[in-house]
Amino acid sequence: MAMTYLEAVRETLRQEMRRDARIIIYGEDVGVRGGVFRATEGLQEEFGEDRVMDSPLAESAIVGTAIGAAINGLRPVPEIQFADFIFPAVNQIVQEAARIRYRSNGTFGVPMVIRAPYGGGIHGALYHSQSIEAFFAHVPGLKVVMPATPYDVKGLLAASIEDEDPVLFLEHKGAYRSIRGDVPDERYLIPLGEAEVKREGTDVSIISWGMTVNSSLKAAENLAKRGVSVEVLDLRTIRPLDTEAILETARKTGKVLVVHEDNLTGGFGGEVSALIAEHALFDLDAPIRRLAGPDVPAMPYAPSLEHAFLVTPEKIEAAAQELAAF
Amino acid sequence: MAKAKGKAAAKKQVDGGLSTERLHEMYYHMVMARALDERCWVMNRGGQAPFVISGQGHEAAQVGTTMAFDPARDFLCPYYRDLGVVLAFGVTPREVMCGLLARANDPSSGGRQMPSHWGHAARRIITGSSPVATQILHAAGVALAARVRGEDTVAAAFFGEGSSNQGDFHEGLNFASVHRLPVIFVCENNGYAISVPVSKQMAISSVAARAAGYGIPGVEVDGLDPLAVYQATEAAVARARGGEGPSLLDVKVVRLTSHSSDDDQRSYRTAEDLAAERAQDPIPRFRSWMESQGIWDDPQEQQLMTRIKGEVDDATEFALASPVPDAATLLDHVYAP
Amino acid sequence: MADVSEGLTPEVLMDMYYHMVLARVLDDRMWVMNRLGRAPVVYSSNGHEATQVASAFALDRGHDWVVPYYRDLALVLAMGMTPRDVFLHLMGRADDPNSGGRQMPAHWGSVDLKILTTGSVVTTQMMHAAGIALAAKLKHEPTVAMATFGEGSTSQGDFHEALNFAAVMKLPAIFLNENNGYAISVPARKQMAVPDVAARAQGYGIPGVVVDGNDPIKVFEAVRAAAARARAGEGPTLIEAKTYRFVPHSSDDDDRAYRSREEVAEAKKHDPLVVFEQELREQRLLDDTQHKAMLDRAKAAVDDATEFADTAPDPDPSTLGRHVYHEAVL
Ligand SMILES: Cc1ncc(C[n+]2csc(CCOP(=O)(O)OP(=O)(O)O)c2C)c(N)n1
Ligand SMILES: Cc1ncc(C[n+]2csc(CCOP(=O)(O)OP(=O)(O)O)c2C)c(N)n1
Ligand SMILES: [Mg+2]
Ligand SMILES: [Mg+2]
Repeated sequence: MAMTYLEAVRETLRQEMRRDARIIIYGEDVGVRGGVFRATEGLQEEFGEDRVMDSPLAESAIVGTAIGAAINGLRPVPEIQFADFIFPAVNQIVQEAARIRYRSNGTFGVPMVIRAPYGGGIHGALYHSQSIEAFFAHVPGLKVVMPATPYDVKGLLAASIEDEDPVLFLEHKGAYRSIRGDVPDERYLIPLGEAEVKREGTDVSIISWGMTVNSSLKAAENLAKRGVSVEVLDLRTIRPLDTEAILETARKTGKVLVVHEDNLTGGFGGEVSALIAEHALFDLDAPIRRLAGPDVPAMPYAPSLEHAFLVTPEKIEAAAQELAAF
Repeated sequence: MAKAKGKAAAKKQVDGGLSTERLHEMYYHMVMARALDERCWVMNRGGQAPFVISGQGHEAAQVGTTMAFDPARDFLCPYYRDLGVVLAFGVTPREVMCGLLARANDPSSGGRQMPSHWGHAARRIITGSSPVATQILHAAGVALAARVRGEDTVAAAFFGEGSSNQGDFHEGLNFASVHRLPVIFVCENNGYAISVPVSKQMAISSVAARAAGYGIPGVEVDGLDPLAVYQATEAAVARARGGEGPSLLDVKVVRLTSHSSDDDQRSYRTAEDLAAERAQDPIPRFRSWMESQGIWDDPQEQQLMTRIKGEVDDATEFALASPVPDAATLLDHVYAP
Repeated sequence: MADVSEGLTPEVLMDMYYHMVLARVLDDRMWVMNRLGRAPVVYSSNGHEATQVASAFALDRGHDWVVPYYRDLALVLAMGMTPRDVFLHLMGRADDPNSGGRQMPAHWGSVDLKILTTGSVVTTQMMHAAGIALAAKLKHEPTVAMATFGEGSTSQGDFHEALNFAAVMKLPAIFLNENNGYAISVPARKQMAVPDVAARAQGYGIPGVVVDGNDPIKVFEAVRAAAARARAGEGPTLIEAKTYRFVPHSSDDDDRAYRSREEVAEAKKHDPLVVFEQELREQRLLDDTQHKAMLDRAKAAVDDATEFADTAPDPDPSTLGRHVYHEAVL
């Protein structure tokens, strides 16, 4: 069935909640309101107030209590209303959830999925546009999932909920309504840590994750018309990371463009680049290139400035073209 | 307790409905906590244990609260000072010593965490960390899950009064009170956060006053009297099990040692203050109360001391002989297998 | 202590009322702009005007600091922000004095007006107010810092930490809670188990005062008293103004999903603009002619602001990378 990215989130939550009574959802406005983006619309009606709860406006509490609930046998899927507001909960995510298995020598675990809408291009300015993945990808014990398509949303969200460890599930706000795709009715899982080649090509590899995969695919399509064959690798999860897939595409085309919306410096693109440099340097025909959000604190509001920040298909196209010509 | 002294001298079935046996158990845990703690310091000064953080002075509070919980169905989220809590909930002296010496068979963390970062899956003690107050939210979450699952579990979080200034304290009490969760918040108020006296931590004299902001009971308790502590906790637990929601206990205790083996409290507390606290030691106080009740005497005390010394020696030897973690396990348990 | 209602001369009362009217007219216009597709998002002070205007008037404006939140249009107007400034901000223009078009609308800030710049992450501003008050205390200045925030924001850890910090250090701060009963869709009863935010003051050993947020005189008196207390070195006060938001949370919200039209209609019977207008009429400070003149004045100011901002330049994309760090003045 064709559906939007947002519908895929909602329908997967519904399907999983029907089959697993341990799943509870809570966060700000997720109940009656069905979430500010409508990701949980209708779920409270179907599953009741005990399983879909409005919580007080307190992110540390949302994550901290989800840790306790997970330890006591539930599968919490808390929502952080915007990824930008996850920072009050960093202590609970980084110092607690991600460390609990290791620090208890494997005797405790925190199976939970923190869902958070991220990303810009929606007039959200500094505090409703951020890409936060690099902060969290740095943390062993945490998994970071960033689907690009409705199909992947479903398989990855179900797999995240089944996972025994804490998962940060980042959904791009721009994708919610703009990205549509076919999603089978039946349940399926996409293992965390498996990248996917979303488009095959021979001249240049674009490696990306989340929403910028879609922009990269657009760029690749345009370039194809001009005879440039672009491969697009969608990492899908950045921790665990599919290093094999990264090295494979790098070796195949010899030219790599890493694309992300998060700020350039210290962004996850640096990790991907380092990996290739370490293991596939001599297979490269050109220096690795990174295209990312500029090093300003976050996306500004005025459309002129927001556009200047964004990693658009046009910018990707230009960068890939240049690389192809190297 | 002081009151009971005159009134109930003849009674054998004493306060809180605790049988003599349970009172002896209470005393045993308190004395064991003290003796183990003292041994930890010896090991530290002897260079065998890099770090010690003590519960000395908190024993009545810790054992008194813990005995009001049910080890078969409740969950505890203790903090680093809670040696008395974990002992009273079933952790053994051997296990404690293995933690102190970071042995592979330390049930808390297999030698990964600093000592006193308690956790014991089988004993329903949830792993704790170093950043203070985080466990308050975990306890609320445990209680939330219990309610969703229709289980008769009560959860408890233990923390110091300094930690009650953290945002997580507020968020935890608020969350639990809005959802009327079965959770008890136990503040072990020793008047200091390392060197900072309570007067510089908050502008109120009682942490219990904070309960008013959440619409839950806030109870000040004499934490040097294990029976007063037990009764207050038992009432709170009954309330929680009855679906009436959380309670905050402000249990006033003394801190008889420095904050940790890396601290020297003589640099920020006067000798008189320290001597005065020492005179309030809850252990001799409880012993003389039991004696006044005619349920304890010198031979029993002698016997207990011998038994405890034997157990502490055994625990120490056991831990010393236990294997250290294999360096090859460094990478284990980052994720589920 | 000085009489707390001292200074409420007829002129001041009329000026307060004007600012309330101005805020409402401006706010209505912003929604129009939004519906026309000219402003991507709007946050309103609609319903909160009495609390916001009166609290600003009770401060020593130009000297004291306010640390507002997105709801505070009327507050910043009363602090001296102009309708033109507000519209430049709404439309993200280069000359927006709040952020030069960098932030979403309603993210106030002006060094000149002593309005601290605000982010979107709720409740952080309470800490900043405590910090400003700390500096004032250490510098022996008679400055007061007032933070405002919604009742939902009181669930955040930062609320607790800020109040505790200010209380234990006896800082000259005022924490003004604008309790409108909702955090977006979440009603206050799901936010806290107590009916009054003010009850939380007990946990910090400071006064907690409940006032009718629809009554500007009551709010003025409460803030005046808190400011006097703060300046006398007696520490902070938590004031809870009971109010109501007559419109959805923002232009992206639809409040029909979570509250009945009857409830909103009932609340509107206590519209602070109506209540205060009646009060002024009873005091014979306001008649029909004056009322109309005042509305016309506000409308003219808003028309002017709309036109002015309409033709104002957008930020130059080449300025994207500026102000990440301090720029030395050449
Ligand atoms: C978030 C955090 N900040 C600072 C510390 C360092 N620290 C460890 S214990 C402590 C004092 C805690 O005092 P209190 O809560 O009163 O407990 P007590 O040690 O007195 O029992 C501090 C500041 C910490 N562990 N966590
Ligand atoms: C830390 C954080 N979490 C979530 C949000 C999203 N959010 C914006 S306003 C709001 C509700 C605030 O309610 P309240 O504090 O009562 O203020 P009101 O809007 O009612 O004046 C929420 C949840 C945010 N801005 N910051
Ligand atoms: Mg303390
Ligand atoms: Mg509100």
